This record gives sequence, structure tokens and C-alpha cells, in this order.
Amino acid sequence: MIVEMAPQSTNDLSIMIGGDAGQGVESSGAGFALALARAGLHVFALQDYRSRIRGGHNFYQVRVGERPLYSHRDPVELLLALTPQSIPLHLHNMQEGAAVIFPQKWEDVDVSHLTKHGLKVDRLPLMEIAERHGSRLMLNTAVLAAASALTGFPLKYMEQVIRENFGRKSEELADTNAAVAQEAYDVTLDHFGDSFPHRIKPIEGAPKRMLMHGNEAIAFGALAGGCRFISAYPMTPATSIIEWLSAVPDDYGMVTKHAEDEIAAVCMALGASYTGARAMTATSGGGFSLMVEAMGLSGMTEVPLVIVEAQRGGPSTGLPTRTEQSDLLFMVHASQGEFPRIITAPGTIEQCFEAGWRAFNLADKYQCPVVVATDQALAANLRSLDMDTVDPEAVEIDRGATLTPDDVDTLSEEYRRFRFSDDGISPRAMPGRETAVLTVPSDEHDEHGHINEEPEVRIRMMQKRMQKLKTAEAEIKPPLLYGPEDADLTLVTWGSTTGNCLDAADEINAAGGSANVLQFIDIWPMPVDPVRHALDRCRRKVAVEQNYTGQLALLIRMTTGVAMDDVLTKYDGRPFSPREIIEGVGMEVASGNKA
Amino acid sequence: MVTRLDAKMFDSEAENTWCPGCGDFAILRSLKMALTDLDIAPHEALVVSGIGCGSKLPDYMHVNGYMTMHGRPLPVATGAKLANPDLQVIVVDGDGDAYGIGGNHFLHSCRRNPNITHIVEDNQIYGLTKGQYSPTSDLGFVTTTSPDGAIERSLLPVAVAIAAGATFIARTFAGDPRHMAAVIAEAIKHQGYSLVDVLQPCVTFNRVNTYDWYRQRVYKLEDDYDPTDLDAARARAYEWADRIPLGVIYRNDEVQTYEEQVLPLKAGSPLASTLKLQAEPAPGQYEPLKEQFL
Ligand SMILES: Cc1ncc(C[n+]2csc(CCOP(=O)(O)OP(=O)(O)O)c2C)c(N)n1
Ligand code: SF4
Ligand SMILES: [Mg+2]
Repeated sequence: MIVEMAPQSTNDLSIMIGGDAGQGVESSGAGFALALARAGLHVFALQDYRSRIRGGHNFYQVRVGERPLYSHRDPVELLLALTPQSIPLHLHNMQEGAAVIFPQKWEDVDVSHLTKHGLKVDRLPLMEIAERHGSRLMLNTAVLAAASALTGFPLKYMEQVIRENFGRKSEELADTNAAVAQEAYDVTLDHFGDSFPHRIKPIEGAPKRMLMHGNEAIAFGALAGGCRFISAYPMTPATSIIEWLSAVPDDYGMVTKHAEDEIAAVCMALGASYTGARAMTATSGGGFSLMVEAMGLSGMTEVPLVIVEAQRGGPSTGLPTRTEQSDLLFMVHASQGEFPRIITAPGTIEQCFEAGWRAFNLADKYQCPVVVATDQALAANLRSLDMDTVDPEAVEIDRGATLTPDDVDTLSEEYRRFRFSDDGISPRAMPGRETAVLTVPSDEHDEHGHINEEPEVRIRMMQKRMQKLKTAEAEIKPPLLYGPEDADLTLVTWGSTTGNCLDAADEINAAGGSANVLQFIDIWPMPVDPVRHALDRCRRKVAVEQNYTGQLALLIRMTTGVAMDDVLTKYDGRPFSPREIIEGVGMEVASGNKA
Repeated sequence: MVTRLDAKMFDSEAENTWCPGCGDFAILRSLKMALTDLDIAPHEALVVSGIGCGSKLPDYMHVNGYMTMHGRPLPVATGAKLANPDLQVIVVDGDGDAYGIGGNHFLHSCRRNPNITHIVEDNQIYGLTKGQYSPTSDLGFVTTTSPDGAIERSLLPVAVAIAAGATFIARTFAGDPRHMAAVIAEAIKHQGYSLVDVLQPCVTFNRVNTYDWYRQRVYKLEDDYDPTDLDAARARAYEWADRIPLGVIYRNDEVQTYEEQVLPLKAGSPLASTLKLQAEPAPGQYEPLKEQFL
């Protein structure tokens, strides 16, 4: 624990909780974040864990602020250590004057060494308190309460979260943990008073805020968009989509199917969609690899299909729990042959919610596969959001030329499923009525859906299908520009990296520099003219991507001929911090500036 | 039984490309007969197929159809049935589809028990790719990919289906269309996953397992055979080389279908829900779901 004081701050700090897998790092971190959000503050929470259930060091990083936050921030001002190893592991990432909270029992912790690093550390009897109340497992409760006391954050917020978490198991456990929290809080306050310079102050009367991650937002968006069928096979970091939808109360009629593999998952979604229901699947790169053939089946048979691809570090099993954006070109090119597809890549949680329902409109209107491309950081990191971020009222359900059974009954001529049309779109009937019996073949076919390989038919069908991509262009989102229009530096990015770039640009601008961010949302079909137009106005364009080869930059160049001035990549599975971006683009970071 | 239907209603104008004499013709005819007898009209059924000679069947029939990928019709059919349980869903595919590339889906469909009927056109060969050995080819069977004779023992689909928990398992023979139509009709009536393994001579590429070869070996299950007797079914499941039983080998009508057990379906099928929301999005219903994030 410390007492000294470099910069002072209120409601502007980063907290790290480190411990072994199985020690409750995640529940403590998420609990802290929830307590802060309930106190009217904005939070961003990043979870870092390994692909194992027990053992191995995990950490959780919570950033607090008074404005919406889009990324984590290094270095941190406060470390809560649940194991001694946490301290050396995170030493390099501690702000001058930061505090470390750990139990005084850990004799081995070399306090003088920490002090040399500018940390003033003191010992607190936290483990003793936990043990006295029955179990050392309650150390995380004690540590959270100590953090509350140290930062001046009223205990009631933390206590409520602790009670809720343990109350699910038993009332008694909730009471014991609350007692541990109170004692740890009092001890810490006795010791330090209000000497810690980084304070957390609840904002009275702040609006209610939700704490949500990208997968939840996509799943919620899909549900609100009328999706009532998902089939998937568990794969990190996509699993929480089917899990969230499976927990929706039964009376919503949300049917979820954990299939035998990803091939079955995507095929079940296609079968459901063929009948006219809104259906989806969700996976990560490995599962998407197995879905590739079916994506082409959707393209050929013009059966709408929504696939969420939450990317993680590849290739093969790669970095199963970590983030990467290295499947972009794969998604653009996946499956044999040529067919229309749409790829949309939300970068914020708000955009995830919108992508969740909009993907179904796109799939229905253009009768093709739509991939919602995200990444582990977006899928799993939590952010505080205003209640109306998730606004079911704003959801539109537009099924394009989808014929309901009633529409089919009033058809004036014989129904042809693949009828030629100028915009490439053939009204799609649902099976079940006498007037529209329909067969859809994966072989090339004629307007009626009969297998046909005649050159004229083939050429017209190819043109019909591909025309849909042209038709779709009218509603493809151009890249979004954030910040001053005439900045010296433009960070060109997509997916979760958008948030990191936004915070980096803010820091640069606050320090007197000039930067903006150009975020690509709809990536395929590439909106070529708006992209050229947007890039023409940039001075120095640097693509910022979480991969090795700079795939967005390659794709932009391939489709528009415009090259980036630089590409900043990262492929260690950890999201960019704003500081890494600022340094990576060669900007000065003033010392003491907590970029 | 008097029905509204005439088997001709299922005729398709598509050009048929099967070899003259192929067993698939009889399967097509029997399926039309079975549907006619059961009073299931073309728009009430959905026939999902894989890829292969036999999988062209939906094209040769006026019926809702989805011709999918090699080995994948079962999951497509499962999704369709879950989304719209009103459809009478039938899968038609080859032995390569069902027991080879799609084997995982076969296993899981058996234990899952969706209310779909699975007709396997089992010609013990890969027809469409012009004659390679299949999972049901007999040991020693010579083909272009087994020039020294197949050295993998053949799969016994009936035994596998029993072990995997299928609730209706039958075998029939394309040389006996009446038997075939009756068995297919029984299978369609069964509530749950029903497997119909059809011995289907491929007259072009399988010169061993011909109509005669099958005729010399097949026999119909005795009148007093009890298909609900699991031990009896197990014994028949292993009969192959000299005597091949035809008929309903095993059935268990006590198991609920998959769809019957999916609780959200009680609120309406995904198709019905989607249609309802399309007409009336009802955004207010989602507000309570936000509570969990506070
Ligand atoms: C993924 C994939 N692999 C291979 C093929 C090529 N292929 C088409 S049909 C077939 C085998 C057909 O055998 P079977 O399923 O027994 O049907 P049959 O032609 O005998 O009726 C194969 C290997 C394919 N279409 N797709
Ligand atoms: S190759 Fe064999 S299975 Fe295919 S159509 Fe000809 S006879 Fe039938
Ligand atoms: Mg075959």
C-alpha cells in the first residue's frame, strides 16, 4: 500500500485484479465493474485468461471514468493481488505511485523492491480476516473491500454486489462475506484514511447504466430482430451468444440447438431459414472453417444465413482465449465459387446490437450469407452503456422480398423461386402452400429450381446472383470518421481496435496533436467510392489492425487501389492499449501522460 | 384408404438422368405412393437430399425440396423441422452421404430422435463419382479406389442405428416396390427418427450387388417377429452375408421426439414467431431482459 502521490485524480483510474484461474478473478473483476457502473460511473473491463480451468495466472483490468470508455488503459494505478505471483508479473505495468493491495501473510513479497519501483507498499491483515471468518477463499471479498476503502468508494456498492454474488449460493455465505468486507474496509481505512490520491466518487443522480459485452449485444439484437433459432457448437469466444439466447425465458420461443459440430450447426440454421424463420449460427475461426461449404450453399440456394464469426488468435487452435483480427480475408474469400456475401464488422457494443438485427435484414433482402465479424476483445470485454443503447424500439424488421404464406396465396402467376429480375432478387416463398412448392438445389438451376447446366442459364443465373451485391451497395455503410476532419493522422481500423484507436486519438488531440479515426463497418462489399473519397482527404493514413499482414489495408488496396502510408499490427493476442498505438504511429507520449 | 391425392401430383417436369434399371426409380415411385397413401400433399412435405445419384430425387418429384451438400441433409432437415414442425420432413440420400461423410449426423440423429424420416439409397457404392467403394461395400469389393479389394469391413447401418438409439429402423429392397412403399409409409407415420435402409442396385457401377444378388439373400421378417424386442432386433441387425432381413427390424414408440421436448417450441415455432414479429415487432417485450445487465 502506498501513501505518496504523484498525480491526483478523481474517477479516472485503472485497476488490475490478478490471481490464479479458479480464484474468482473474473467474478471479482466483473463485480467491481458492476459496482462502479451502479455508482453512475463509466467502466471498461478487460478480461485476460488462459485456455485452462485451474492454475495459470489470469487478470482482470477495470478502467473507470466519467465519460464512455472504449479501451483499457495501461499502466494501472491499483493492483489487487490474489496470488504473490501477480505482483512481479504486473510490476512493469504500474503507474508511478500506484498501490498494491495484498495480504500481509505473504512474507515473501519484497516490499523494498516494490518501493524501489516507486510503489509504496504496506501490509494489511486481509488473509487473516478471511480466515477468521471461515475461509481463505474469501480473500477476494476482502481485497475488493480494501480497494473500496483505499479509493474512497463507499462500501455499500461493493457490498451489494458481494451479497448478490454469494446470495445465489446461500444467505449465510452472503452474510459472512459482507462481514469480511466490512472488516477489511475498516482496517484499510484506519490505515490509510484518504491518503491515496486516486479517488472514486459516485455520481449522484447519474442515469442507470448496463454492463454488457459484444456477444450479449449481438444476441440481444438478433432476438429483437426476430431471430428465433440459433444452432451452434461451443467455441471461445463465440459461445456466450448461444448461451445467452438459451437463457432467454421459454415464452419468447427462442429455440437454441447445441449441434454435434459446426457443419451441423450451420446446416440446421440453413434448414430453419429455408422454412422462412430467422435463423443464425455463431462460431470462431475454427468452426467457421467447417462452415465454409455451407456458406456457399446459402449463396447458391439463396437461403438467408447469418453467421457470427468471433475471431481469436490463429492459426489452428492458436490463442483460444485471446483476440485477433486475422480472419478478414478468409471471410471475404471463404468457399468455392463466386457468390454474393455481406460482411459487417461492428466495432463497439452499440454497433454489435445494431449488427445483431441488421444482419437479418441484409440476409433476407439479399438472400445470401451475412457474416457478423467480431473478435475476442469485442465479444468479451464489458462496457457500461446507457439504457437506450439497446433500444428494441429502434429495431426494424425488413424482410425484403420474402413472401409470407398469405402473399403466396394471392400470386397471379406460376411461382418461380429463382425468377430473373433486374435487381437480382427473386421473391422468396416459404414452403407450405400449394401455390408455391419450391425446390432449391445446390447444383446450378433454372428459374424453377430444376438442375440445369446450359450455358445461357448458367450465365443468367450467375449474373442474377451477383447483381444482388450491386443492389445491396445502396445500403452498405461507408466508413465512419471520428474526430477532426482535417487531422494530420488518420487511424484506419475495424472491429474492437476501433475503441482503442478512439482513445488513442483522444489522447493525441488532448496533448495538442491532431488525429482522427476512420472505422470500416461494412467491409464487404467494399463501398469503393465512399472509401476512396474518405481516404483522399486523409493526410497520413495508418491502418491499425490486430493481425500480422494488415488484412484491412490489403483489402482496401485490392478494391480501391489506395495504399496506406503505414500499417501498425499486433498479433500477441492482447488488445492494443492507446499508449501502444500512440507509440506505434511514432507519436511522442509525454511522460506522466497516462496514454 | 381414400385420399385427396393422386401419385401423379408428385410428377416433376425435370429431365431424369438416372441409368435405365437403376434402383432409384423404384424408390422414387414408392415414396410418391407412400405420400399419396398417407394423404400428404406436395406442399406439405419437404424432401431434403445430399449429393449423389439418389440425392437428385427431389428434382424428379414435385414437392418442396432442398438438395444440399454431400452428407449434410440430416442437419438441414433437423433445422427445418425445428423451425416449422408442420412440415413432413423426409431425408433421401446415399450410403456415402449417410454412412460416410455424414456419419456424425447419422449417429446424432439416431439419439436425438427428431421427427424425420431418413431413406438411404444404399447401393454399396459411390454412384455419382463413378464407382468407388462405400462404407457399406463388402470386404474384398473391387473398385477404382480399392483395386485389391476393400480391406475395411463394411458398416452395418441397422446395428449402428440400434446402438445409437434410433427409434425406428427398417430395411427394404428396391426390387420390391410394394414392400418399399409400405415400409416407407410406416416410417413416415412413426413419431421420431426413422431409418429406412434401401437395398438399391446400381446397375452401372456395382456389378456384384445386383438385383439377383439381393434376391438370393433377402427374406421378409416373419409375421410373428416382434420389432419392439431389442434383443431380437440386435440379432437381426448382424444378419448380412447369406440372409438379409427386410421389414421393420426395430421400433420403440415410447421415446418422445426431440421437438416435443424443446420447451420454447411451446410458445410457437420459430417460423410462427418470426412471422408474428414481422407483422408486429412488439419491442416492449424485450425491456425486462435488460434488467440482468444492471
Ligand atoms: C464435400 C464433397 N466431397 C466429395 C464430393 C463428390 N461426391 C459427389 S457424390 C459422392 C458420393 C456419392 O455416393 P453416395 O452418397 O453413395 O450416392 P450415390 O451416388 O451412390 O447415390 C461424392 C464423393 C462432393 N460432392 N462433396
Ligand atoms: S450410376 Fe448407379 S446409382 Fe447412379 S443412376 Fe446409374 S445406376 Fe443409378
Ligand atoms: Mg451410393
